[in-house]
Amino acid sequence: MTRAEDLLASITVLTRADLEVWLREELVTATPEGETLVFSEMECARVRLICSLRYELDVETETLPVVMSLLDQLYETRARLLSLTAAVTRLGPDARTRVLAALGETARHEAET
Amino acid sequence: MKDPYETLGLTKTATDREIRSAFKKLTRKFHPDLHPGDKAAEERFKEITVAHDLLGDAEQRRRFDAGEIDAAGQETPRQQYYRDFADGPAYSSYAAQEGFSNPDDLEEFLSQAFGASGGFRARRGAADFKARGQDVSYTMPVSFLDAANGATRTITLPDGKTLRVTIPEGAEDQRTLRLKGQGGPGYGGGPAGDAFVELRVEPHAFFRRKDDDIHVEVPVTLREAVLGARIEAPTLTGPVSVTVPKGSNTGKVLRLRDKGVRNARTGARGHQFITLKVMLPTGDEPELAAFLEGWTPRDTRNPRKEMLP
Repeated sequence: MTRAEDLLASITVLTRADLEVWLREELVTATPEGETLVFSEMECARVRLICSLRYELDVETETLPVVMSLLDQLYETRARLLSLTAAVTRLGPDARTRVLAALGETARHEAET
Repeated sequence: MKDPYETLGLTKTATDREIRSAFKKLTRKFHPDLHPGDKAAEERFKEITVAHDLLGDAEQRRRFDAGEIDAAGQETPRQQYYRDFADGPAYSSYAAQEGFSNPDDLEEFLSQAFGASGGFRARRGAADFKARGQDVSYTMPVSFLDAANGATRTITLPDGKTLRVTIPEGAEDQRTLRLKGQGGPGYGGGPAGDAFVELRVEPHAFFRRKDDDIHVEVPVTLREAVLGARIEAPTLTGPVSVTVPKGSNTGKVLRLRDKGVRNARTGARGHQFITLKVMLPTGDEPELAAFLEGWTPRDTRNPRKEMLP
Protein backbone atom coordinates (compact mmCIF):
# COMPACT_ATOMS: atom_id res chain seq x y z
CA MET A 1 0.00 0.00 0.00
CA THR A 2 1.23 3.47 -0.92
CA ARG A 3 0.09 6.75 0.57
CA ALA A 4 -1.11 9.47 -1.80
CA GLU A 5 1.79 11.74 -0.78
CA ASP A 6 4.37 9.07 -1.54
CA LEU A 7 2.74 8.28 -4.86
CA LEU A 8 2.76 11.96 -5.83
CA ALA A 9 6.40 12.21 -4.77
CA SER A 10 7.41 9.17 -6.83
CA ILE A 11 5.77 10.39 -10.01
CA THR A 12 7.06 13.90 -10.49
CA VAL A 13 4.78 14.81 -13.36
CA LEU A 14 1.65 13.87 -11.45
CA THR A 15 -0.23 16.72 -9.82
CA ARG A 16 -2.54 16.35 -6.86
CA ALA A 17 -5.31 18.11 -8.78
CA ASP A 18 -5.17 15.54 -11.58
CA LEU A 19 -5.10 12.64 -9.17
CA GLU A 20 -8.18 14.03 -7.46
CA VAL A 21 -9.99 14.30 -10.77
CA TRP A 22 -9.15 10.68 -11.60
CA LEU A 23 -10.35 9.55 -8.19
CA ARG A 24 -13.55 11.52 -8.61
CA GLU A 25 -14.14 9.95 -12.00
CA GLU A 26 -13.33 6.54 -10.54
CA LEU A 27 -10.53 5.89 -12.97
CA VAL A 28 -8.52 4.85 -9.92
CA THR A 29 -9.65 3.90 -6.44
CA ALA A 30 -8.03 4.42 -3.06
CA THR A 31 -8.93 3.65 0.52
CA PRO A 32 -9.10 6.40 3.16
CA GLU A 33 -6.63 5.94 6.01
CA GLY A 34 -6.64 8.61 8.65
CA GLU A 35 -6.05 11.94 6.97
CA THR A 36 -4.84 10.50 3.72
CA LEU A 37 -5.62 7.96 1.02
CA VAL A 38 -3.74 4.76 0.32
CA PHE A 39 -3.34 3.00 -3.01
CA SER A 40 -2.82 -0.70 -3.57
CA GLU A 41 0.09 -1.77 -5.78
CA MET A 42 -2.37 -2.45 -8.57
CA GLU A 43 -3.89 1.00 -8.27
CA CYS A 44 -0.39 2.55 -8.26
CA ALA A 45 0.34 0.75 -11.51
CA ARG A 46 -2.94 2.03 -12.84
CA VAL A 47 -2.04 5.58 -11.86
CA ARG A 48 1.30 5.21 -13.70
CA LEU A 49 -0.56 3.96 -16.77
CA ILE A 50 -2.94 6.92 -16.68
CA CYS A 51 0.07 9.24 -16.26
CA SER A 52 1.58 7.78 -19.43
CA LEU A 53 -1.65 8.27 -21.28
CA ARG A 54 -2.19 11.78 -19.99
CA TYR A 55 1.33 13.25 -19.96
CA GLU A 56 3.20 11.22 -22.56
CA LEU A 57 0.51 10.43 -25.06
CA ASP A 58 -1.41 13.67 -24.43
CA VAL A 59 -4.75 11.96 -24.04
CA GLU A 60 -7.22 14.66 -23.04
CA THR A 61 -8.71 14.50 -19.57
CA GLU A 62 -12.18 14.10 -21.05
CA THR A 63 -11.02 11.22 -23.22
CA LEU A 64 -9.25 9.32 -20.43
CA PRO A 65 -12.42 7.56 -19.19
CA VAL A 66 -13.08 6.28 -22.71
CA VAL A 67 -9.56 4.92 -23.07
CA MET A 68 -9.60 3.33 -19.62
CA SER A 69 -13.00 1.78 -20.19
CA LEU A 70 -11.74 0.21 -23.42
CA LEU A 71 -8.59 -1.03 -21.69
CA ASP A 72 -10.65 -2.49 -18.85
CA GLN A 73 -12.76 -4.32 -21.37
CA LEU A 74 -9.63 -5.60 -23.09
CA TYR A 75 -8.23 -6.98 -19.84
CA GLU A 76 -11.53 -8.50 -18.86
CA THR A 77 -11.80 -10.21 -22.21
CA ARG A 78 -8.26 -11.52 -21.86
CA ALA A 79 -9.06 -12.85 -18.41
CA ARG A 80 -12.01 -14.70 -19.84
CA LEU A 81 -9.91 -16.07 -22.67
CA LEU A 82 -7.37 -17.24 -20.15
CA SER A 83 -10.07 -19.09 -18.20
CA LEU A 84 -11.36 -20.56 -21.42
CA THR A 85 -7.97 -21.84 -22.50
CA ALA A 86 -7.40 -23.24 -19.02
CA ALA A 87 -10.72 -25.05 -19.22
CA VAL A 88 -9.82 -26.44 -22.64
CA THR A 89 -6.46 -27.63 -21.33
CA ARG A 90 -8.17 -29.31 -18.42
CA LEU A 91 -10.16 -31.39 -20.89
CA GLY A 92 -6.93 -32.96 -22.10
CA PRO A 93 -4.67 -32.80 -25.16
CA ASP A 94 -7.23 -34.38 -27.43
CA ALA A 95 -9.84 -31.75 -26.66
CA ARG A 96 -7.19 -29.04 -27.01
CA THR A 97 -6.28 -30.28 -30.47
CA ARG A 98 -9.90 -30.42 -31.52
CA VAL A 99 -10.64 -26.94 -30.21
CA LEU A 100 -7.55 -25.60 -31.98
CA ALA A 101 -8.68 -27.18 -35.22
CA ALA A 102 -12.19 -25.78 -34.87
CA LEU A 103 -10.86 -22.36 -33.92
CA GLY A 104 -8.50 -22.37 -36.86
CA GLU A 105 -11.38 -23.12 -39.14
CA THR A 106 -13.49 -20.34 -37.64
CA ALA A 107 -10.63 -17.84 -37.78
CA ARG A 108 -10.10 -18.63 -41.45
CA HIS A 109 -13.76 -18.01 -42.16
CA GLU A 110 -13.62 -14.71 -40.34
CA ALA A 111 -10.50 -13.60 -42.14
CA GLU A 112 -12.15 -14.40 -45.43
CA THR A 113 -15.38 -12.55 -44.76
CA MET B 1 23.47 -0.09 -24.67
CA LYS B 2 21.98 0.95 -27.94
CA ASP B 3 22.40 4.43 -29.23
CA PRO B 4 19.42 6.41 -27.86
CA TYR B 5 18.92 8.23 -31.14
CA GLU B 6 18.73 4.93 -32.93
CA THR B 7 16.29 3.58 -30.35
CA LEU B 8 13.96 6.45 -31.08
CA GLY B 9 14.58 6.17 -34.83
CA LEU B 10 16.24 9.57 -34.97
CA THR B 11 19.60 11.14 -35.80
CA LYS B 12 21.74 13.52 -33.78
CA THR B 13 20.22 16.48 -35.55
CA ALA B 14 16.74 15.78 -34.21
CA THR B 15 14.92 18.69 -32.64
CA ASP B 16 13.31 18.49 -29.20
CA ARG B 17 10.01 18.40 -30.93
CA GLU B 18 11.04 15.43 -33.04
CA ILE B 19 12.31 13.62 -29.96
CA ARG B 20 9.05 14.16 -28.17
CA SER B 21 7.04 13.13 -31.19
CA ALA B 22 9.08 9.95 -31.72
CA PHE B 23 8.76 9.04 -28.05
CA LYS B 24 5.02 9.54 -28.19
CA LYS B 25 4.70 7.36 -31.25
CA LEU B 26 6.79 4.57 -29.79
CA THR B 27 4.98 4.75 -26.46
CA ARG B 28 1.74 4.24 -28.28
CA LYS B 29 3.25 1.25 -30.01
CA PHE B 30 5.10 -0.40 -27.15
CA HIS B 31 3.62 0.65 -23.82
CA PRO B 32 3.18 -2.74 -22.15
CA ASP B 33 -0.18 -1.86 -20.63
CA LEU B 34 -1.53 -0.98 -24.04
CA HIS B 35 -0.22 -4.26 -25.49
CA PRO B 36 -0.87 -6.93 -22.90
CA GLY B 37 -0.35 -9.69 -25.42
CA ASP B 38 3.07 -8.51 -26.56
CA LYS B 39 5.76 -10.05 -24.41
CA ALA B 40 8.56 -8.11 -26.11
CA ALA B 41 6.88 -4.76 -25.56
CA GLU B 42 8.24 -4.35 -22.06
CA GLU B 43 11.91 -4.69 -22.98
CA ARG B 44 11.46 -2.46 -25.97
CA PHE B 45 9.57 0.15 -23.98
CA LYS B 46 12.29 0.20 -21.36
CA GLU B 47 14.87 1.08 -24.01
CA ILE B 48 12.59 3.75 -25.37
CA THR B 49 12.07 5.25 -21.93
CA VAL B 50 15.78 5.26 -21.15
CA ALA B 51 16.52 6.89 -24.51
CA HIS B 52 13.88 9.50 -23.92
CA ASP B 53 14.99 10.21 -20.36
CA LEU B 54 18.38 10.99 -21.77
CA LEU B 55 17.47 12.91 -24.90
CA GLY B 56 14.34 14.55 -23.54
CA ASP B 57 16.37 16.41 -20.96
CA ALA B 58 18.31 19.25 -22.62
CA GLU B 59 21.23 19.17 -20.21
CA GLN B 60 21.59 15.40 -20.27
CA ARG B 61 21.41 15.42 -24.04
CA ARG B 62 24.11 18.08 -24.29
CA ARG B 63 26.40 16.05 -22.05
CA PHE B 64 25.72 12.86 -24.00
CA ASP B 65 26.37 14.60 -27.31
CA ALA B 66 29.60 16.01 -25.85
CA GLY B 67 30.66 12.55 -24.84
CA GLU B 68 30.62 13.39 -21.14
CA ILE B 69 28.21 10.59 -20.29
CA ASP B 70 27.33 7.39 -22.08
CA ALA B 71 23.97 5.98 -23.01
CA ALA B 72 23.69 3.61 -20.08
CA GLY B 73 20.93 5.11 -18.03
CA GLN B 74 20.69 4.51 -14.36
CA GLU B 75 19.49 1.03 -13.69
CA THR B 76 16.09 1.54 -12.16
CA PRO B 77 14.11 -1.24 -10.50
CA ARG B 78 11.74 -2.86 -12.89
CA GLN B 79 8.50 -0.96 -13.02
CA GLN B 80 5.37 -2.88 -12.26
CA TYR B 81 2.94 -2.38 -15.05
CA TYR B 82 -0.78 -2.44 -14.75
CA ARG B 83 -0.89 -5.47 -17.00
CA ASP B 84 1.09 -7.39 -14.38
CA PHE B 85 -2.01 -7.16 -12.22
CA ALA B 86 -4.88 -7.01 -14.64
CA ASP B 87 -3.48 -9.73 -16.85
CA GLY B 88 -1.81 -11.64 -14.12
CA PRO B 89 -2.07 -13.88 -11.10
CA ALA B 90 -5.40 -12.62 -9.82
CA TYR B 91 -7.09 -14.01 -12.86
CA SER B 92 -4.81 -16.86 -13.67
CA SER B 93 -4.33 -18.44 -10.24
CA TYR B 94 -7.03 -20.89 -11.13
CA ALA B 95 -5.58 -21.39 -14.58
CA ALA B 96 -2.14 -22.05 -13.08
CA GLN B 97 -3.34 -25.22 -11.43
CA GLU B 98 -4.58 -26.46 -14.72
CA GLY B 99 -1.41 -26.01 -16.66
CA PHE B 100 -1.78 -22.46 -17.89
CA SER B 101 0.60 -20.67 -15.63
CA ASN B 102 0.54 -17.23 -17.18
CA PRO B 103 -0.62 -15.09 -20.07
CA ASP B 104 2.30 -16.34 -22.19
CA ASP B 105 0.56 -19.66 -22.44
CA LEU B 106 -2.56 -17.87 -23.47
CA GLU B 107 -0.62 -16.13 -26.23
CA GLU B 108 0.84 -19.40 -27.36
CA PHE B 109 -2.56 -21.01 -27.43
CA LEU B 110 -4.04 -18.09 -29.32
CA SER B 111 -1.26 -17.99 -31.88
CA GLN B 112 -1.70 -21.69 -32.44
CA ALA B 113 -5.37 -21.07 -32.93
CA PHE B 114 -5.28 -17.90 -34.97
CA GLY B 115 -1.82 -17.79 -36.46
CA ALA B 116 0.87 -15.24 -35.67
CA SER B 117 -0.39 -12.27 -33.78
CA GLY B 118 -0.77 -9.14 -35.77
CA GLY B 119 -4.00 -7.87 -34.42
CA PHE B 120 -7.45 -7.97 -35.80
CA ARG B 121 -6.82 -5.28 -38.39
CA ALA B 122 -3.68 -6.92 -39.65
CA ARG B 123 -5.42 -10.25 -40.06
CA ARG B 124 -8.26 -8.73 -41.93
CA GLY B 125 -6.02 -6.68 -44.16
CA ALA B 126 -3.77 -9.59 -44.96
CA ALA B 127 -6.50 -11.90 -46.13
CA ASP B 128 -5.96 -13.13 -49.64
CA PHE B 129 -9.00 -12.73 -51.79
CA LYS B 130 -10.66 -15.91 -50.84
CA ALA B 131 -14.05 -15.47 -49.33
CA ARG B 132 -16.80 -17.53 -47.88
CA GLY B 133 -20.09 -17.24 -49.70
CA GLN B 134 -22.96 -15.22 -48.33
CA ASP B 135 -25.43 -16.66 -45.90
CA VAL B 136 -28.95 -16.63 -47.21
CA SER B 137 -32.25 -16.72 -45.32
CA TYR B 138 -35.57 -18.14 -46.35
CA THR B 139 -38.89 -18.65 -44.66
CA MET B 140 -40.78 -21.82 -45.30
CA PRO B 141 -44.42 -22.55 -44.51
CA VAL B 142 -44.85 -25.89 -42.78
CA SER B 143 -48.09 -27.70 -42.07
CA PHE B 144 -48.99 -28.27 -38.45
CA LEU B 145 -48.65 -32.02 -38.74
CA ASP B 146 -45.31 -31.90 -40.58
CA ALA B 147 -43.94 -29.74 -37.79
CA ALA B 148 -45.31 -32.00 -35.08
CA ASN B 149 -44.32 -35.31 -36.62
CA GLY B 150 -41.26 -34.25 -38.58
CA ALA B 151 -40.94 -34.47 -42.36
CA THR B 152 -38.64 -33.90 -45.28
CA ARG B 153 -39.75 -31.24 -47.71
CA THR B 154 -38.20 -29.60 -50.73
CA ILE B 155 -38.20 -25.90 -51.40
CA THR B 156 -37.45 -24.31 -54.72
CA LEU B 157 -35.26 -21.26 -54.56
CA PRO B 158 -35.64 -18.19 -56.78
CA ASP B 159 -32.67 -19.38 -58.87
CA GLY B 160 -34.39 -22.69 -59.58
CA LYS B 161 -32.17 -24.64 -57.21
CA THR B 162 -33.98 -26.97 -54.87
CA LEU B 163 -33.19 -27.47 -51.25
CA ARG B 164 -34.17 -30.47 -49.20
CA VAL B 165 -35.16 -29.45 -45.73
CA THR B 166 -35.51 -31.95 -42.94
CA ILE B 167 -38.08 -30.64 -40.51
CA PRO B 168 -37.28 -32.07 -37.10
CA GLU B 169 -40.03 -33.72 -35.13
CA GLY B 170 -41.65 -31.22 -32.79
CA ALA B 171 -40.33 -28.14 -34.64
CA GLU B 172 -41.82 -24.95 -33.27
CA ASP B 173 -43.03 -21.96 -35.20
CA GLN B 174 -40.14 -19.63 -36.13
CA ARG B 175 -37.53 -22.34 -35.58
CA THR B 176 -34.58 -21.57 -37.84
CA LEU B 177 -32.72 -24.44 -39.43
CA ARG B 178 -29.15 -24.03 -40.63
CA LEU B 179 -28.22 -25.84 -43.80
CA LYS B 180 -24.47 -25.79 -43.90
CA GLY B 181 -22.93 -24.88 -47.24
CA GLN B 182 -26.30 -24.31 -48.92
CA GLY B 183 -25.92 -20.53 -49.11
CA GLY B 184 -24.19 -18.42 -51.72
CA PRO B 185 -21.08 -19.89 -53.42
CA GLY B 186 -17.65 -18.98 -52.08
CA TYR B 187 -15.14 -16.81 -53.91
CA GLY B 188 -11.66 -17.85 -54.88
CA GLY B 189 -12.06 -21.34 -53.49
CA GLY B 190 -13.70 -20.20 -50.29
CA PRO B 191 -16.47 -22.32 -48.83
CA ALA B 192 -20.13 -21.68 -49.60
CA GLY B 193 -22.25 -19.77 -47.10
CA ASP B 194 -25.04 -21.31 -45.12
CA ALA B 195 -28.76 -21.24 -45.75
CA PHE B 196 -30.99 -20.37 -42.84
CA VAL B 197 -34.56 -21.56 -43.17
CA GLU B 198 -37.12 -20.15 -40.79
CA LEU B 199 -40.14 -22.39 -40.35
CA ARG B 200 -43.61 -20.86 -40.27
CA VAL B 201 -45.92 -23.44 -38.80
CA GLU B 202 -49.45 -23.10 -40.12
CA PRO B 203 -52.39 -23.43 -37.77
CA HIS B 204 -54.37 -26.67 -37.84
CA ALA B 205 -58.12 -26.94 -38.34
CA PHE B 206 -58.67 -28.47 -34.90
CA PHE B 207 -55.39 -29.27 -33.20
CA ARG B 208 -53.80 -26.60 -31.03
CA ARG B 209 -50.32 -26.96 -29.65
CA LYS B 210 -49.17 -25.75 -26.28
CA ASP B 211 -45.52 -26.62 -25.65
CA ASP B 212 -45.41 -30.38 -26.09
CA ASP B 213 -49.12 -30.89 -25.48
CA ILE B 214 -51.88 -31.03 -28.04
CA HIS B 215 -55.34 -29.69 -27.30
CA VAL B 216 -58.38 -30.59 -29.33
CA GLU B 217 -62.11 -30.10 -28.92
CA VAL B 218 -64.09 -33.23 -29.81
CA PRO B 219 -67.85 -33.14 -30.31
CA VAL B 220 -69.91 -36.01 -28.85
CA THR B 221 -73.60 -36.76 -29.32
CA LEU B 222 -76.10 -36.35 -26.53
CA ARG B 223 -76.46 -40.11 -26.30
CA GLU B 224 -72.67 -40.68 -26.12
CA ALA B 225 -72.43 -38.02 -23.44
CA VAL B 226 -75.24 -39.36 -21.30
CA LEU B 227 -74.73 -43.08 -21.72
CA GLY B 228 -70.98 -43.17 -22.28
CA ALA B 229 -69.35 -44.60 -25.38
CA ARG B 230 -66.19 -45.63 -27.15
CA ILE B 231 -65.48 -43.11 -29.85
CA GLU B 232 -62.75 -42.54 -32.41
CA ALA B 233 -60.78 -39.38 -31.75
CA PRO B 234 -58.09 -37.81 -33.93
CA THR B 235 -54.46 -37.65 -32.77
CA LEU B 236 -51.29 -36.46 -34.49
CA THR B 237 -50.62 -39.98 -35.67
CA GLY B 238 -54.14 -40.98 -36.67
CA PRO B 239 -57.42 -41.89 -34.98
CA VAL B 240 -57.45 -43.75 -31.68
CA SER B 241 -60.27 -45.27 -29.67
CA VAL B 242 -61.25 -43.24 -26.62
CA THR B 243 -63.73 -44.03 -23.85
CA VAL B 244 -66.21 -41.27 -23.10
CA PRO B 245 -67.40 -41.89 -19.52
CA LYS B 246 -71.07 -42.00 -18.75
CA GLY B 247 -72.50 -38.56 -17.99
CA SER B 248 -69.72 -36.55 -19.65
CA ASN B 249 -70.62 -32.90 -19.95
CA THR B 250 -69.35 -30.27 -22.36
CA GLY B 251 -65.96 -29.11 -21.14
CA LYS B 252 -64.91 -32.46 -19.71
CA VAL B 253 -61.22 -33.06 -20.45
CA LEU B 254 -59.82 -36.48 -21.29
CA ARG B 255 -56.10 -37.00 -21.35
CA LEU B 256 -54.35 -39.28 -23.83
CA ARG B 257 -50.95 -40.04 -22.42
CA ASP B 258 -47.93 -39.60 -24.66
CA LYS B 259 -50.02 -38.56 -27.65
CA GLY B 260 -48.53 -35.07 -27.75
CA VAL B 261 -45.39 -33.84 -29.49
CA ARG B 262 -42.02 -35.43 -28.86
CA ASN B 263 -39.68 -33.07 -27.07
CA ALA B 264 -36.40 -32.96 -28.99
CA ARG B 265 -34.41 -32.39 -25.84
CA THR B 266 -35.90 -34.98 -23.49
CA GLY B 267 -37.22 -37.41 -26.08
CA ALA B 268 -40.45 -37.65 -24.08
CA ARG B 269 -43.80 -37.02 -25.67
CA GLY B 270 -46.34 -34.54 -24.37
CA HIS B 271 -49.97 -35.50 -23.92
CA GLN B 272 -53.12 -34.87 -25.87
CA PHE B 273 -56.02 -33.24 -24.08
CA ILE B 274 -59.48 -33.78 -25.47
CA THR B 275 -62.19 -31.35 -24.44
CA LEU B 276 -65.62 -32.81 -25.03
CA LYS B 277 -68.40 -30.77 -26.56
CA VAL B 278 -71.91 -32.17 -26.31
CA MET B 279 -73.90 -31.71 -29.51
CA LEU B 280 -77.65 -31.81 -29.69
CA PRO B 281 -79.04 -33.56 -32.73
CA THR B 282 -79.79 -31.16 -35.54
CA GLY B 283 -83.32 -31.21 -36.93
CA ASP B 284 -86.54 -32.26 -35.20
CA GLU B 285 -86.42 -35.02 -32.58
CA PRO B 286 -90.11 -35.28 -31.48
CA GLU B 287 -89.45 -38.31 -29.28
CA LEU B 288 -86.72 -36.54 -27.41
CA ALA B 289 -88.93 -33.50 -27.02
CA ALA B 290 -91.81 -35.63 -25.76
CA PHE B 291 -89.54 -37.38 -23.30
CA LEU B 292 -88.24 -34.10 -21.93
CA GLU B 293 -91.82 -32.78 -21.57
CA GLY B 294 -92.58 -35.57 -19.14
CA TRP B 295 -89.17 -35.67 -17.48
CA THR B 296 -88.38 -34.30 -14.03
CA PRO B 297 -84.62 -34.23 -13.56
CA ARG B 298 -83.25 -35.26 -10.13
CA ASP B 299 -80.88 -32.37 -10.28
CA THR B 300 -83.18 -29.37 -9.93
CA ARG B 301 -80.45 -26.72 -9.54
CA ASN B 302 -80.53 -23.71 -11.81
CA PRO B 303 -77.24 -23.85 -13.78
CA ARG B 304 -77.27 -20.06 -14.18
CA LYS B 305 -77.75 -19.45 -10.49
CA GLU B 306 -74.28 -18.00 -9.95
CA MET B 307 -74.65 -15.60 -12.85
CA LEU B 308 -77.82 -13.97 -11.60
CA PRO B 309 -78.46 -11.60 -8.72
